Amino acid sequence: MKFAVVVFPGSNCDRDMYHAVKDGLNEEVDMVWYQEADLSQYDAILLPGGFSYGDYLRSGAIASTSDIVAQIKEAAEAGKPILGVCNGFQILLETGLLPGAMLPNRDLKFICHHEELQVENNETMFTSKYQEGEKIQIPIAHGDGNYYCDKSILGELKQNDQIVFTYTNNPNGSTGDIAGIVNEQGNVLGMMPHPERAVESLLGNEDGLRLFQSILTYWRNNHAIHA
Amino acid sequence: MHKVKIYITLKEGVLDPQGKAVQHSLNTLDFGNVNEVRVGKYMEVMMEDSEKIEKQVEEMCDKLLANPVIEDYSYQIEEVIA
Repeated sequence: MKFAVVVFPGSNCDRDMYHAVKDGLNEEVDMVWYQEADLSQYDAILLPGGFSYGDYLRSGAIASTSDIVAQIKEAAEAGKPILGVCNGFQILLETGLLPGAMLPNRDLKFICHHEELQVENNETMFTSKYQEGEKIQIPIAHGDGNYYCDKSILGELKQNDQIVFTYTNNPNGSTGDIAGIVNEQGNVLGMMPHPERAVESLLGNEDGLRLFQSILTYWRNNHAIHA
Repeated sequence: MHKVKIYITLKEGVLDPQGKAVQHSLNTLDFGNVNEVRVGKYMEVMMEDSEKIEKQVEEMCDKLLANPVIEDYSYQIEEVIA
C-alpha cells in the first residue's frame, strides 16, 4: 500500500506521519510537496499537522485554497482513505470535506499532552482495530482545537455515526467532546489528536498504531490480489 | 480605485474565549459596566474599478475571508480618488 503525506509550507508533523507509516506500519510512503504532488499514484492521503501558512486568516484557510485541494477532493470522491491530523483536520474543515469549524481553545492556551480518547465508532476503515468504547491515550498539541458545529450538524453527525473519537475529559471546549469525525461516506477522517506520535512503545505509547493498521487492513481486504 | 472595508464577526451563539478574556481585562481596569466583548477582524482591500465589485467582495468573503460556519461579514465600498 502506498501512502502520500502532503507537505504544505508550515507543515511540521510531516516527518512523524512518514515515520509512522514507514517504520510503524512498514508500508510505502512519500512526502509530497503540495505544488508538485500527483495524488493519483497513492492509495491513501495523509494531511499532517503543523501551521500551514502560519495559520494566517484562520488555521487551514489558506492551504484550503491551494490547487492540490482539487486532487484531495477527487481522491475523497473515489473513496480513498484520507486522514487529516491537527492542521490536516483544520484544512479538511476549511475545504468543506468535513462539516464544522475550529475555534481557539476554550482556555486560549496552546495545549500539549496525552489525552484520553474514547473510540465511539469502530466500524470505520480507520478504527476497525479498536473496540467500541475503548479508551486510548493519544497526544494532542494545538491552539485552535475547539471543534464547533451548530446543533443541526451535531445531530447529523450523531445520527450518521460520524463521531469517531471523543475526549473523555474535554481539554479545549469542543462541541460534543468531539476529537475526530468522518465524512458521511466514511473515508475522510479528521482528528485533532496525533496518532502518528503514538506508534511505538519505545516512546511510551502505541495506541495510535492501530489506526494506521486499520487503514492497511481495509485496503488489503479491498485489494485481495495485491495482498 | 475602491477601498473595500470588510468586517468579520463571530456569529451569534459562537463562544468567543478571546472576547471573554478582553472583557475580564476591561473589568479589571475598572470598566465595570462592560458586559461583553466580541473580537472580530477588519480588512481593507484595495480593488480596481469594476462593475461587479460588490459581487466579487461577497464571493471572496464566502470563499475565503470569512468562514460561514462561525462568522458573519459586512462591508463598505468607498471610492478612492488618487
